[in-house]
Amino acid sequence: MTRYILRRLFAMPFLVLGIVTLAFLLTSVTKGDPLTAIVSDRQMNNPEVVAAAKARWGLDRSLPERYVIYVGNLLQGDMGTSFITRRPVAQDVLYRLPATMELVTAAMIVGSVMGISLGVLAAAFRNTPIDHAARFFALFGSSIPVFWLGLALLYVFSVQWGVLPGPGRVDPRAALPPMVTGFVTIDALIALDFPLFLDALWHLILPAFVLGWAVAGTISRLVRANMLEVLGREFTLTARAKGAGEFRVIVRHALRNTLVPTLTVIGYSFAYLLTGAVLTETIFSWPGMGSYAVEAARGLDFPAIIGVTIVGGVVFLFTNLITDVAYVIANPRVRLG
Amino acid sequence: MSASPAPLFEVRDLRVAFGRHGQFHEAVRGVSLTVAPGEVLGIVGESGSGKSVAMLAALGLNPEGSRVTGSVRFKGQELVGMSRRDLRKLRGSRVAMIFQDPLSSLNPVMTVGAQIAESVLLHNPGLPRRAAMERAAELLALVAIPQPDRRINQYPHEFSGGMRQRVMIAMAVANDPDLLIADEPTTALDVTVQAQIMQVLADLQHRLNLGLILITHDLGVLAGHADRVAVIYAGQVVEQAPVDDLFAQPGHPYTRGLIASIPNMAVEKERLFSIEGTPPALGRLPSGCPFNPRCSQARDICRSAVPPVSGPAQHRAACHFAFEAPATTDSPA
Repeated sequence: MTRYILRRLFAMPFLVLGIVTLAFLLTSVTKGDPLTAIVSDRQMNNPEVVAAAKARWGLDRSLPERYVIYVGNLLQGDMGTSFITRRPVAQDVLYRLPATMELVTAAMIVGSVMGISLGVLAAAFRNTPIDHAARFFALFGSSIPVFWLGLALLYVFSVQWGVLPGPGRVDPRAALPPMVTGFVTIDALIALDFPLFLDALWHLILPAFVLGWAVAGTISRLVRANMLEVLGREFTLTARAKGAGEFRVIVRHALRNTLVPTLTVIGYSFAYLLTGAVLTETIFSWPGMGSYAVEAARGLDFPAIIGVTIVGGVVFLFTNLITDVAYVIANPRVRLG
Repeated sequence: MSASPAPLFEVRDLRVAFGRHGQFHEAVRGVSLTVAPGEVLGIVGESGSGKSVAMLAALGLNPEGSRVTGSVRFKGQELVGMSRRDLRKLRGSRVAMIFQDPLSSLNPVMTVGAQIAESVLLHNPGLPRRAAMERAAELLALVAIPQPDRRINQYPHEFSGGMRQRVMIAMAVANDPDLLIADEPTTALDVTVQAQIMQVLADLQHRLNLGLILITHDLGVLAGHADRVAVIYAGQVVEQAPVDDLFAQPGHPYTRGLIASIPNMAVEKERLFSIEGTPPALGRLPSGCPFNPRCSQARDICRSAVPPVSGPAQHRAACHFAFEAPATTDSPA
């Protein structure tokens, strides 16, 4: 077990280097000229200004040269400076990553709880109206685009009914708590600011639900199929023969056996959540990586684009590792050397 | 033993029907049998004869969409139509069951100890978990599994086939039941292990004075272990007799066929005897005696009239020509 984790950790740096290389190369083959983001249109005809800008941002050097410099800087925690914010990318990302992680974590919790319960209900009441309703709900969540669902729910719950707050992480008039973890909910609790905690939680509901719903659909279909398979296996008959009730058979025996594949899907759905977060953050004015990435892409802010890609990739690598380790822990039959 | 006045378990005219496209077909067509306290009843029949279905249905474990009629009495209590809750209280405490494949019958993600302890806890809700685990270890020792204290923390995949079946047996006798239904307990096991498991079952049956129903397709298994035998064909008991009588004087041609197909090392034969054909499919019963298409002694009456049950009270057979000497053509070619 420990050896397995160590082996996976050992492979990490190579995978990260791969991500860095890809991210770097992909931006260099795009059509856009980063100079347009740095130099104003008016000064584009001024060769002196252009040459100065090129020298300032290293654009006068060859691609391999730039790559080596970039990797060298990256090893020291320097991801370059954003064209737009003129701040170090590492600093921007560090500030925005927790917001995304908070949203994605919340969405994952919402999606898993909803998906697992719907899947179990659908399996327990298969081919009844409950099953059909669960299927419709799942299909709806996975088919409706996040940006449409986000706007529609914002309109209904926030604008029309006013039961849920509008965009943002907290009330616009409230100050953010001192940053410890970067999760506003947790930081508010650490600062013992209970009203702020509730406010942050309140703001989290809608975006987390929008993002989680799509994942809940996938999870619930998988849980339903697995539950039906397991409920047909003989050990559920043994449990019934022991005198176990239906609830116990379903939750303690069947559900536990479906958790292994479910865990895997939840872990891998992380990639989907990160992608979905880009749109969700834009709609909910969430100051996370997603909205940062959108701004960076719009402004041809190459250092920021590369930075976001690398950080996203690394986060994804780690969630995959955690998923695989959790898989081993949850499945006693898998023994890894 | 077989003539005990108050039966422990009494099945009367049990019928189990499965619905298919709105039509019901009976897989069990009026089975009647009794088990006295401490008695071992063997139920023998081919796969698909309805023997397992009948016993599952008797305990309310019939699959969804099936219909059960008739009467099943356990210690005088009627089980058919009993509330799910009361049935649950009975299952695993007074009546226990073990199944054919001990690997698929155990939950792969729960330790063996936890599964046995669950059996204990389900029927002793107040018991602390630790006490239940201690009991689980005791039960493993009872079925002769070495190092029970270590073994309770292991998962089913860490056990061999025979050991798993011992675990199933330990789980079944956890609450000192009166009746144990063993559905093909040795079929999935290696031959050498089969005898050991039968020995464990026989020991426990003796020690705990269990009523035991031994379901098998192998009449040979019953020879040394059953007090009485019921032969099931196409969802009906076609012959029922004390085990020695059955072997000495089989009344039904089907029983004679089953006995003839037991491999015998003492007599050298060119090849093993087998009964021609296959049992009738659900809902495709022949007219008259259900066995007539496969019966070498079948005459006209067998194809037109359902045979009555005849013979002395202890030995009944459902055949028009029960106890008649088999025709010479019955022997293998």
